[in-house]
Amino acid sequence: MAVGTIDRIAERAARITPFGAANRMRGLSDRAIAWIFIMPSILILLAINIFPLLWTVYLSFTNYRANQPGRPVQWIGTANYERILSSGDIWGYLQVTAHFVVWTMLIQVALGLGLALLINRGFKTSSFWTTVILIPMMLSPAVVGTFWTYLYQPQTGIFSYIIDVFANVGAVDMIGSIHLAPWAIVIVDTWMWTPYIMLLCLAGLRSIPAYLYEAAEIDRANGLQKFWYVTLPRVLPFLMLAVLFRGIENFKMFDMVVELTSGGPGSATELASINLKREAFESWRTGYSSAYAVILFVTVFGLGNIYVKALNRVKS
Amino acid sequence: MSAIEHKPRQSIARYFRRGPWENGATALIAAGVFMLMQPFSLWLYGWSFAAILTGTVGFVIVSHFPE
Repeated sequence: MAVGTIDRIAERAARITPFGAANRMRGLSDRAIAWIFIMPSILILLAINIFPLLWTVYLSFTNYRANQPGRPVQWIGTANYERILSSGDIWGYLQVTAHFVVWTMLIQVALGLGLALLINRGFKTSSFWTTVILIPMMLSPAVVGTFWTYLYQPQTGIFSYIIDVFANVGAVDMIGSIHLAPWAIVIVDTWMWTPYIMLLCLAGLRSIPAYLYEAAEIDRANGLQKFWYVTLPRVLPFLMLAVLFRGIENFKMFDMVVELTSGGPGSATELASINLKREAFESWRTGYSSAYAVILFVTVFGLGNIYVKALNRVKS
Repeated sequence: MSAIEHKPRQSIARYFRRGPWENGATALIAAGVFMLMQPFSLWLYGWSFAAILTGTVGFVIVSHFPE
């Protein structure tokens, strides 16, 4: 926008401002005016973020049940935390979450880095393939979960058909088997989010100056040495950032897995976030589930601190 | 004279640099997350939240230390 236009808009705004209001504003410092402008945002933030958080922390020390509003609320100290942190069931749900997080990260890093190295070679149709690879990432997780249930159908799904063609094992029930279901959610998440890891790795690869490779050539480094001593150290901060971001996201994964398996069969794919939702809105143990939520929140917040630290390192 | 007066304060400040303390807090958070999700020991799981909470609160505090 041209400076003249801005001046004209400012003049017009000044003309239509009521005299009393303009007089009151004139007496305020720049700092006070800045506070007036940001106050609505701060109030909304306090109302919808900070207050619920503090209220959840308070509820986590009580026996409150949201479906029994007339029941007296008792302060029970850290009893909810003690029950959660000694519960073998919740430990099991966290291990299911760990299986999901660890395997998705390992596979996505290997595939994402491989794809980024391939795309970075700059072959003729690389731009087209980059766009094609990025498509799954742009879909809604709920939609992805729903249509993968059709792909995983043992009788009619294409996934089972392809497995049968290559391995000749008959119909494979990926989401109905207690052993295969944890891998079914890993495959879908990998399909959806490998492009994100690839994109960040590609950014890292494109930031490597060509003279480093020229210097390596002069030193007679072979392909593996160039990858190990030039490419990997430069891409590693980007890769770490991607892993932390996706790790945090997968730790609190909910929608895609609920659509795909609803946590089943049994509790084979019941991630911590799904179990938390069951405790809060099916068993209605609000105080207990608040403590559960606080534990998950502090974990994500701690990982978030590491993420910000890694981000600053990449920036510098 | 003033240099001599400031010497003890400087030596204390030397121990409160952000870098190593932040690394320590990060290691504690990472250890806590491992303890929370590992499949080996219920005892480690029981102490995981304490480790993560200590690490996180520690991180927030030490990130205000001078560089």
